[in-house]
Amino acid sequence: MTVTPNGFDLDNTGRRIVVDPVTRIEGHMRCEVNVDEQGVIRNAVSTGTMWRGLEVILKGRDPRDAWAFTERICGVCTGTHALTSVRAVEDALGITIPDNANSIRNIMQLNLEIHDHVVHFYHLHALDWVNPINALRADPKATSELQQAVSPSHPLSSPGYFRDVQNRLKKFVESGQLGLFKNGYWDNPAYLLPPEADLMATTHYLEALDLQKEIVKVHTIFGGKNPHPNWLVGGVPCPINVHSTGAVGAINMERLNMVSSIIDMCNEFNRNVYLPDVIAIGGFYKGWLHGGGLSGKSVMAYGDFPENPNDFTPANLHLPRGAIINGNLNEVHEVDVRDPEQIQEFVDHSWYRYGEAGKGLHPWDGETQANYELGPNAKGTRTNIEQIDEAAKYSWIKAPRWRGHAMEVGPLARYVVGYAQGHEDIRNQVDGLLRALDAPFEAIFSTLGRTAARALESEYCGRLQKHFFDKLVQNIKNGDESTANIAKWDPSTWPKEAKGVGMTEAPRGALGHWIKIKDGRIENYQCVVPTTWNGSPRDTAGNIGAFEASLMNTPMERPDEPVEILRTLHSFDPCLACSTHVMSEEGAELTTVKVR
Amino acid sequence: MQPSVLILGIGNVLWADEGFGVRCVERLAARWSFGPGVTVLDGGTQGLYLLPFLEAADRLIVFDAVDYGLPPGTMKIVEDEAVPAFMGAKKMSLHQTGFQDVIATAQLMGYCPEHLLLIGCQPEELEDYGGGLRDVVAAQIDPAIEVALARLRDWGVEMRPGVSDATYLADPSIRQDAYEAGRPSADVACRVGDARFFPGEG
Repeated sequence: MTVTPNGFDLDNTGRRIVVDPVTRIEGHMRCEVNVDEQGVIRNAVSTGTMWRGLEVILKGRDPRDAWAFTERICGVCTGTHALTSVRAVEDALGITIPDNANSIRNIMQLNLEIHDHVVHFYHLHALDWVNPINALRADPKATSELQQAVSPSHPLSSPGYFRDVQNRLKKFVESGQLGLFKNGYWDNPAYLLPPEADLMATTHYLEALDLQKEIVKVHTIFGGKNPHPNWLVGGVPCPINVHSTGAVGAINMERLNMVSSIIDMCNEFNRNVYLPDVIAIGGFYKGWLHGGGLSGKSVMAYGDFPENPNDFTPANLHLPRGAIINGNLNEVHEVDVRDPEQIQEFVDHSWYRYGEAGKGLHPWDGETQANYELGPNAKGTRTNIEQIDEAAKYSWIKAPRWRGHAMEVGPLARYVVGYAQGHEDIRNQVDGLLRALDAPFEAIFSTLGRTAARALESEYCGRLQKHFFDKLVQNIKNGDESTANIAKWDPSTWPKEAKGVGMTEAPRGALGHWIKIKDGRIENYQCVVPTTWNGSPRDTAGNIGAFEASLMNTPMERPDEPVEILRTLHSFDPCLACSTHVMSEEGAELTTVKVR
Repeated sequence: MQPSVLILGIGNVLWADEGFGVRCVERLAARWSFGPGVTVLDGGTQGLYLLPFLEAADRLIVFDAVDYGLPPGTMKIVEDEAVPAFMGAKKMSLHQTGFQDVIATAQLMGYCPEHLLLIGCQPEELEDYGGGLRDVVAAQIDPAIEVALARLRDWGVEMRPGVSDATYLADPSIRQDAYEAGRPSADVACRVGDARFFPGEG
């Protein structure tokens, strides 16, 4: 047994379970745990199985184009990477953006945040809590009563409506054409909802699908198109012309009205569906408070949504910045992403090589030299690993640390930092949620807390979206139609050498891009993405990462059915799969569980 | 009335032959102009974001790199029900919303186009991050476009040589020529990937 510096007792003597989604092309993450005789997880190892060095493909390119490349590294948060990239370039070159550009960027990023949270909860994570097969057994009338009790103002609540949805589901399941409900562990006792709650939540799965395709239209309006909206160093690429006689595609009153109605749609869904669902489902699961991991110990946020443009000081940000270590919520540390002593990446357990072993490097000084080797205790071969040796190198993810601490990032981290700082909106939301669930404060340090924080944040982001929309409209009314500052567009106006950093709070956590520019070209580019923090392997000192910590001490109902492991890992909204997309003929099963 | 047609290229341009589908729509749009009701879209690796486009379309043509275990550069054409409609519920990699999922979801919601045509090409190399199309795959772009054009003619879609609306295409900085020409050399940009995924070694 080993005790890690960040306080976890690791015991790798029990039965080893490997959850590995690896297929030749689509494998991105693998997890191995050891369970004791009672089926409780006593050791956890998280491996990123895909190498993606964005850094090395940007060298020599035009910094003004970097956003278009970074937009392609992720299958979901295209806009977030693009925004982070233009911020990094603007920071390096001292470019300021106009007020309207700040409002529009915030609206786009907030919209993406809501879209991502809704899609995550209903389409990527719900089936870890909700059993759609059980929904087929629900009584539509009782479901209607449940719906009206948890959300009296939601209009879609009649017994007939739920009966229709149930019939539609039945037809779908019986047709057998869809894998949606295939391969689930539907008779696993880890599922706790009564059939009516399952039917209500499954119904909202469908409602959320309709909603999400409407709300992304904000990106088409401001970004010119979706799924890959346009971005611009120095502002936003959409001109404003409320008199509607100007350029085609300019923002006019009609388009602003459309944005306004989409914002209302988001707020209504958050209030009437998303939050009530999380509270209803949470009520049945509040006895299952595993998965907290690092959330009650060490969390970090960079902060985002500047009220005024070009000012990233914490007081100007709507989502908080700060770091908490060792569970001391009485002290929130300031985070400086430029300080070479604060954020460092370690590679002792990652398949990379630094010039000096055991050393941590700041992203500006980051090196990316691959070094793929397995430890002496690994089982299998280089091309077909049966078991990882976590004492050696075992992941393609580096281990970023803040002042040497492994940190959790993401909605729960943001909410813990905000709560500790006394952020009024965040405090009210969290306190309200805990009252509704009749749960103590410590309950938020859990898988359920992570999932609930995302719903709270979606609601808060909806309100912020309205705030920045009103600000934009008011500013336009005042006669300011400026959306871009192109004074430093031409590389001849740039210094010979420059470096900068862009930060955002991506839906799944703190995201940073660090850039070095030399002679008008990219000299070095490093991304530290949220999943690098959360999915990081052990570091030089032996601290385990956030995914690993979150699995510790979780009891499994049936060790060969990893419902609990998936539930907790999914609650981070992990994003390792930022890349390939090839069809295989059978649409082969992606997750295989091997029990060893 | 002309049917509403979506011509979609999917895949990740950053992973060598994975970019096949996107490069097909780029070239198609650079050479052909279509009548009203035709949208040419670079879908990238996006999943659910593509639903609004599917909803608006009666007919769909998709270009994609497809792994059928065939010799590299082999084209494979699949229609309607045969286009994989599979939705994996247990993926660990959450954002791997494959196109199968998008089709399945569109069917569930009742807004899947009535006709689907998938024009696939077997990739040669995927594990070359930052790389472009291999010759054998690049050589299939024109034949793939021919297949699409023939089908569009059958559907009665108006077309003539020209240029399509580029609104929904990739930013010029990552279109094929600029992307491939601007690649840093192997000396500065390490090209190895995860050995487990190297074709031929697994």
